[in-house]
Amino acid sequence: MENAVGEVQNVLLLGGRSEIGLAIVRKLLSPSARVVTLACRRPDEAAELTQSLSRTGLSVEAVSFDAADTAGHKGFLADVVARHGDIDVAILAFGILGDQQNFDEDPQSAVSAVHTNYTASVSAALCLASQFRQQGHGKLIVLSSVAGERVRKANFVYGSSKAGLDAFCQGLADSLEGSGASVLIVRPGFVHSAMTAGMKPAPFSTTPEVVANLTVKALNAGQRMVWTPGILRWLFMVLRHLPGPLWRRLPLG
Amino acid sequence: MKSDYSQSRLTGWGLTSPSYARTAKVSHSEVGEHVKDSSGRGIVMRGLGRSYGDAAQNAGGTVLTLADSVAQAVLDTEQGTLTVGAGVSLHDLLQIIVPRGFFIPVSPGTRFVTVGGAIASDIHGKNHHLEGSFGNHVRRLSLLLADGTVKELGPDQDAPLFWATVGGMGLTGIILDATFSLIRIESSRCIVNTVRCKNIDELFEEMSHGDDEHRYSVAWVDLLATGAKLGRSVLWRGDHARLSDLSTKDAIDPLHYAPKQIATVPALVPSFGLVNSWSSAIFNELWLRKEPRRKVGTIKNIPAYFHPLDAIGSWNRLYGRGGFLQYQFVVPFGQEKTLRRIIEMVAVSKTASPLVVLKRFGQSNPGPMSFPIPGWTLTVDMSCVASGVSELLHSLDSMVVEAGGRHYLAKDAHTTPSVIRRGYPRLDEWKAIQRAVDPSGVWQSDLARRLELI
Ligand SMILES: NC(=O)c1ccc[n+]([C@@H]2O[C@H](COP(=O)([O-])OP(=O)(O)OC[C@H]3O[C@@H](n4cnc5c(N)ncnc54)[C@H](OP(=O)(O)O)[C@@H]3O)[C@@H](O)[C@H]2O)c1
Repeated sequence: MENAVGEVQNVLLLGGRSEIGLAIVRKLLSPSARVVTLACRRPDEAAELTQSLSRTGLSVEAVSFDAADTAGHKGFLADVVARHGDIDVAILAFGILGDQQNFDEDPQSAVSAVHTNYTASVSAALCLASQFRQQGHGKLIVLSSVAGERVRKANFVYGSSKAGLDAFCQGLADSLEGSGASVLIVRPGFVHSAMTAGMKPAPFSTTPEVVANLTVKALNAGQRMVWTPGILRWLFMVLRHLPGPLWRRLPLG
Repeated sequence: MKSDYSQSRLTGWGLTSPSYARTAKVSHSEVGEHVKDSSGRGIVMRGLGRSYGDAAQNAGGTVLTLADSVAQAVLDTEQGTLTVGAGVSLHDLLQIIVPRGFFIPVSPGTRFVTVGGAIASDIHGKNHHLEGSFGNHVRRLSLLLADGTVKELGPDQDAPLFWATVGGMGLTGIILDATFSLIRIESSRCIVNTVRCKNIDELFEEMSHGDDEHRYSVAWVDLLATGAKLGRSVLWRGDHARLSDLSTKDAIDPLHYAPKQIATVPALVPSFGLVNSWSSAIFNELWLRKEPRRKVGTIKNIPAYFHPLDAIGSWNRLYGRGGFLQYQFVVPFGQEKTLRRIIEMVAVSKTASPLVVLKRFGQSNPGPMSFPIPGWTLTVDMSCVASGVSELLHSLDSMVVEAGGRHYLAKDAHTTPSVIRRGYPRLDEWKAIQRAVDPSGVWQSDLARRLELI
């Protein structure tokens, strides 16, 4: 349960090794935190990670989770709840950026990226929403992206999957009104993480820590949407309405 | 028969940590049906919602309120006892007992609490140093158990379950009705002595020596005074006035009782709240009055002496949208140094309302989860949005339990399971009794989940 100043006890990170996700988890840790569950592929390789998060009074566990296996989501979540009780905050952070050129050449790989980014997210979010409804409380943080705000040629498979996810989450948030559960949609720009390693940073690039700070602030303020960094909100207000010929020529990477 | 549920967003009096539950107001004849119907998320009772934190919330579960009427109360004037439904408020009771020459055995800072809540929280008042908490005065109660049966309990009838229910935060069953003893009064006035203390040492000294001569005693400490003036305070001590204490005018109707609400705080308070300027003003008014250091024999009526804040409806809104919490703990006698240090830390942090309340507790009762232990209890109001509040409270928590103290569950909205475990060394004994009467977990609350009480 959350206390009066918004400190939470039980956090679940889906995509347990995501750098942005982990930065948010770190920001959520307080002396009130009791359980952190890192849901990831190959949990046996996460020992160092769980070690780095651990502190007295807190149990950190890495558990096996493959987002692509949507049939397993319900059972997976039931298991986490049976072990540790109510989930206060769940972070949906798994995702695949992929390479547009690869997608062009191998449509099947595009399908599997979209499956993870969109289909698997829909499945996991619906499972969490049902759990939160039953609990009468719970906050879901979803990592969307500015790439979905206006999809560009350089990563339109990824961008479209985030556009779908973002739209889905807006509807989900509305449907949860009055249930005690809520959804916070996070729209980061270019973030320096494993996902973007070696890529040329886009303008207003930022770090997982900055994203985490802004996200947790928005969470405590009860916001439904946060852009990280905030300036992107204003930038995209303009970009969204740029005429096509101009948009296509922008050097956005 | 069963009443319909509605889906409600609930918070405590501090307006923090909202959660959703299905709620219903039920009569004694319906309540059993609701218990049978409870889902896996269980049930908790809610009186008037004056617990500051999440004690009367049950996210995803059921929250019931007893629809009781004071008209059914039975006053035994010979024994000086009252038998009443647990859903009746002290506010309603006072209107019928004061004019008949009786007063409630323990009066908290507000009369808007129910009898059930008073027992479940084992509330205390300004007379704790002599007369203990509410549970000390309960002669019997009936408790609806998780299996649907009703059990009669008292200090000499299944005492372990009785004392687990006193201060048990509603987690042993539903208190349906209770009989408790009253105080006989000759008048509805109180005779109050005021002492102004320059600093904390003077206050400790004054309270340690003079308190026992008065039924009621409480001090207001000014947090704006620091350094040598730390602990600058006003100590109020009082007794029920006898007929002979009253002026001839008051003596015409000595048991007159008519509490009034003079204002209600509107819903639209600025988000940063208004409370600091407000409580500083009260204190300054008291302090700066050019009166002698000691003043004796002021006559006050019951509402003005016991429930001054009740004159202002919804005063919790004064803190603004972010809500507030009331931090209350007790440290044993001999831990004055810790207490002084805590007052200092709170004062320096500037996170609290400048007015804090200090009171001396007397003996504990046998309840394993009853809050009062012999020592000093301090109560501090804090805005939840002030920066650094949380870190400060976690440090204070450690200091309190290291000093052998504990926190008041009816007010808690912030602490952790380990702090409660350390503060209440008899928690496991209580849990064993609780589990024996509720093996399937019918009684649940947000507080119980947060603090791992069950
Ligand atoms: N970095 C950015 O610039 C940026 C910008 C906007 C939005 N985002 C979004 O933010 C989220 C987190 O990204 P990040 O920057 O933290 O990248 P990251 O460190 O690469 O994290 C992504 C994580 O997703 C996990 N994952 C992928 N497929 C999975 C599957 N089938 N099952 C379980 N886990 C799977 C990966 O796990 P493995 O370790 O097993 O591969 C990886 O740990 C993503 O949704 C991303 O789209 C990122």
